[in-house]
Amino acid sequence: MKENIVIIGGGIAGLEAAGQLLKLGYSPIIIERTERLGGHVASWHRLFPDMSPAKELVDGLVAAASGANIFLNTEISFVNRLKDSYNIMLSNGISIITRIMLVTTGFSVFDASKKEEYGYGVYDQVITNRDLEHWFNGNADPRIDNSAMNAVGFVHCVGSRDEKARNSQCSKVCCITAVKQAIEIRQKFPEASVYCFYMDLRMFGKKYEDFYINAQRDYGIRFIRGRVSEVSENIEGKVVIKAEDTLSGKPVKVTLDLLVLMAGMVCSQASSRVAGMIPLPTDSDGFLKSKDNVYGVVESPKEGIFYAGACTGPKTVPEALAEARAAALDVHLFINGLK
Amino acid sequence: MDFGFRISPSSAINLDNVDLTLFERLHEMEPDVYKCMACGSCSATCPASVYSGMSIRKVILCLQRGREKEAFRMMKNCMLCGKCTMVCPRGINTRHLILSISKLYSETK
Repeated sequence: MKENIVIIGGGIAGLEAAGQLLKLGYSPIIIERTERLGGHVASWHRLFPDMSPAKELVDGLVAAASGANIFLNTEISFVNRLKDSYNIMLSNGISIITRIMLVTTGFSVFDASKKEEYGYGVYDQVITNRDLEHWFNGNADPRIDNSAMNAVGFVHCVGSRDEKARNSQCSKVCCITAVKQAIEIRQKFPEASVYCFYMDLRMFGKKYEDFYINAQRDYGIRFIRGRVSEVSENIEGKVVIKAEDTLSGKPVKVTLDLLVLMAGMVCSQASSRVAGMIPLPTDSDGFLKSKDNVYGVVESPKEGIFYAGACTGPKTVPEALAEARAAALDVHLFINGLK
Repeated sequence: MDFGFRISPSSAINLDNVDLTLFERLHEMEPDVYKCMACGSCSATCPASVYSGMSIRKVILCLQRGREKEAFRMMKNCMLCGKCTMVCPRGINTRHLILSISKLYSETK
């Protein structure tokens, strides 16, 4: 019997898993909620640490997964548990009977307006990392285009490591993303002073530390250890931020033309919705719970249901891709075990 | 009239008013000056530190925050022994940096 493999989410993890499953001789089905594939990465401009274009990666993944059965603009209406399989009803009226599901529903970007003290959505000169990346991608943004760009600030850990925002986890990629975006700002505006306000810098990945040294030494990015406490607007329409320079133990104040908030990763509503239908458990950090956080990250506690990518927690692009490959292999081994 | 109390000046640093022209020149002479990540190895190993408060990491920070006087007060106590250069994990030639700071800032004073 030919097994249906349902991949929920057409982001990079879903695409990579589909590509691998196609190579193994299966014909997976991808269900994508939005009108295009590639998820968050598709709207990103360049990827750390080598500044490789995100578009090339996504185009490659989409091409490799093109043999899959892809449903765009499609959501799951409901899931029925059958004796040894699931009946998935899609919003386009198609129903699929399957024993294997791969959940690649990804993450959501933290809603920065929840941190009211930073003034996102209140002041024009406050944007997020995602807004800036869209602008790098060639989309006009009056908040950036109309500003003088003499001084730009980055606030790390917005909605990450923040119990009040109900996200105690580290979003992992924002430190290095801030370094990358700060460098890009200096490349575009060599005269601008660029400040990064951080609590810790977590440069855990390959070449991240080099990238950070590069930002300090060659681009003169000013790293200030201290979390921005409040943002206000002055009469000229610029933003004034206050923080503590914890290395000198003194309060610090600076006027900026643009403030970029490094909004973190949170479990997406889509993930929670899918998890609620199957149902799948949620871990204490709000992301989906793996069978084991060391040995079985890509397995759910339910037989035949697998995970890949940021639905189980913040991940970098290479991590999400590696998990997708691991999950594809797990699916393959699971199908072999059914025979 | 002296009431025996006064308002002390604000210790806050306003980066808008800090003139970093000299520091940028220092950065051109010593590109590594920005590499300091304030780990404190230099101050911990400095033989002058415990007696005088000398700390090259604080000197670098003070210069970036427009507190030159404080920096020079600390630097007067440096004996140029070079122990800080040996321990710096970022490979900053701190001894050379101290000499460059002295040269650059005294020239312009």
